[in-house]
Amino acid sequence: MGTITLTKVTKSFGSTEVIPPLDLEINDGEFVVFVGPSGCGKSTLLRLIAGLEDVTSGVIEIDGRDATRIPPARRGLAMVFQSYALYPHMTVAKNIAFPLKMAGVDKKVADDKVAAAAKVLNLTDYLERRPGQLSGGQRQRVAIGRAIVREPEAFLFDEPLSNLDAALRVNMRLEISQLHQDLATTMIYVTHDQVEAMTMADKIVVLHAGHIEQVGSPLELYNNPANMFVAGFIGSPKMNFIGGETASAFGADTIGVRPEHFAIATEPTDGAWEATVDVSEHLGSDTFFHVHSGIGERLTIRSVGELGLKHGDKVYVTPDRSRIHRFDANGNTVASQR
Amino acid sequence: MATAHSRTAARFMLSPAVVLLLGWMIIPLSMTIYFSFLRYNLLMPGMEEFAGFMNYRFFLTDPAFFAALANTILLVVGVLLITVIGGTLLALLLDQPVWGQGIVRILVIAPFFVMPTVSALVWKNMFMNPVNGLFAHMAKAVGLEPFDFLAQAPLFSIIIMVAWQWLPFATLILLTALQSLDREQIEASEIDGAGPFSRFFYIVLPHMARAITVVILIQTIFLLSVFAEILVTTNGGPGYASTNITYLVYAQSLLQFDVGGGSAGGIVAVILANIVAIFLMRMIGKNLEV
Repeated sequence: MGTITLTKVTKSFGSTEVIPPLDLEINDGEFVVFVGPSGCGKSTLLRLIAGLEDVTSGVIEIDGRDATRIPPARRGLAMVFQSYALYPHMTVAKNIAFPLKMAGVDKKVADDKVAAAAKVLNLTDYLERRPGQLSGGQRQRVAIGRAIVREPEAFLFDEPLSNLDAALRVNMRLEISQLHQDLATTMIYVTHDQVEAMTMADKIVVLHAGHIEQVGSPLELYNNPANMFVAGFIGSPKMNFIGGETASAFGADTIGVRPEHFAIATEPTDGAWEATVDVSEHLGSDTFFHVHSGIGERLTIRSVGELGLKHGDKVYVTPDRSRIHRFDANGNTVASQR
Repeated sequence: MATAHSRTAARFMLSPAVVLLLGWMIIPLSMTIYFSFLRYNLLMPGMEEFAGFMNYRFFLTDPAFFAALANTILLVVGVLLITVIGGTLLALLLDQPVWGQGIVRILVIAPFFVMPTVSALVWKNMFMNPVNGLFAHMAKAVGLEPFDFLAQAPLFSIIIMVAWQWLPFATLILLTALQSLDREQIEASEIDGAGPFSRFFYIVLPHMARAITVVILIQTIFLLSVFAEILVTTNGGPGYASTNITYLVYAQSLLQFDVGGGSAGGIVAVILANIVAIFLMRMIGKNLEV
């Protein structure tokens, strides 16, 4: 079982506090993603859980057992690193078998486990190769294989896809999700890419400067962000923030409207804002328009399908009134009046 | 350097240097070979005559040759063992974050800058001297009989001196190798359950293998020709107890004035060095791949 509980965990490097007191509960079998901009402490948090860094204060419980002072190897966790951290002088088979060898597992049993892991990860043909002879995706799979054979309570992934090219990243994303379905083991995944977070997570933890900004399912964060930071971080392209009088009209300091919650038209409609197209990006399935509007803001607008507007065209954009997010002066969400 | 024209020009411009280097090597080598076939003794000037393989026969059947060969091997292997093992341990130590790390590192490198004659004299007179040496004082302080290092264990003493000189070199190369080890690999092995010893033997040592082979290669080249330390301390003695091939060649040609015999010894040394070089290159070639 892989429940992990953090209670009032803090981490300081010298006098700089990287993680202020933080509480977090991770349930068994959950796929939890830590997401945030670089330097937000998400990797540090993962390393604290792994035991690669000592907590400054607070308690980490794994499986209901206090693991704060337990060395990494005995926490029952497996980690996949950003650089994969494969042992370059060992073959794939030996890399995968290394944790078993260290645990003193019988050679015969270890071989069977390696073979089974290799089969799951499509590595059977590569067992005798060295990491240097493999492609990025294959190395990634070896790193995952090394984690699987330990049969851990939980897997920890530290930005595992950031060294792969875009196409491979999408594939590996699916493979990791599939692996989570098959193993039903707790997984903690660190990324700065909100798309990875949205597509893979059961639960997203948004971190900012060591603080947890919000915890929730992907759609919860998308539909009900707790503050401007989460609203701006989740969703692509970014949410449009509009301040000034327009916002006051809605009883807020700032309002946020996602690009996909605008209707765009060439004829004036009721309640529409007049705007001029600066740039249009045609993706085929969608078109993104970057416009500057009469209310003095630059807006990004997403429209489904192809729309033949070009630079300098006059358009009328209408926000979906039920999907306007309102924020107060501190950037926190104002309760909906709906 | 892509077109045929620029390649030709490049070869043309390289040629003076190549010719110079080739001449620099070929002329002394061929003269040594020529002398080695002559009966050429400085005490009998003008009596040179062709002697065939006589010089080689004398040199190779001389009991001193076998003693010197054994001493050379002992010296090289002994120093290599001390410097590689000691260098690895020192590198591990210096890799730890300690206060004043920069100064400690410079101090460790210092012996490498001391010239061999000076370091050998310091060792001989200030440490190993049975009357005034530091070791003699230490022995006397605990009531022991001072040990006359250079008389009782001459080869061992020379191994210690040479190892002291080469230890910094090995430490430095191995330290840089250690520092290039990926932190994440260490962390991964930590999570995989490797303790300090298995981490060292399974992760750190294989990573350093390449640097260790480089250290062995470079040091072997220099250790085969150790000379100054022997000349200023034991003069090859007592008997032949600390004579290596290099020193034997010197003794033959300049102490016994037998230029022919010395040249033959020199050629034998060249052949032995080449045999060692072939083995080393094989070993290193294998290790430097991948």
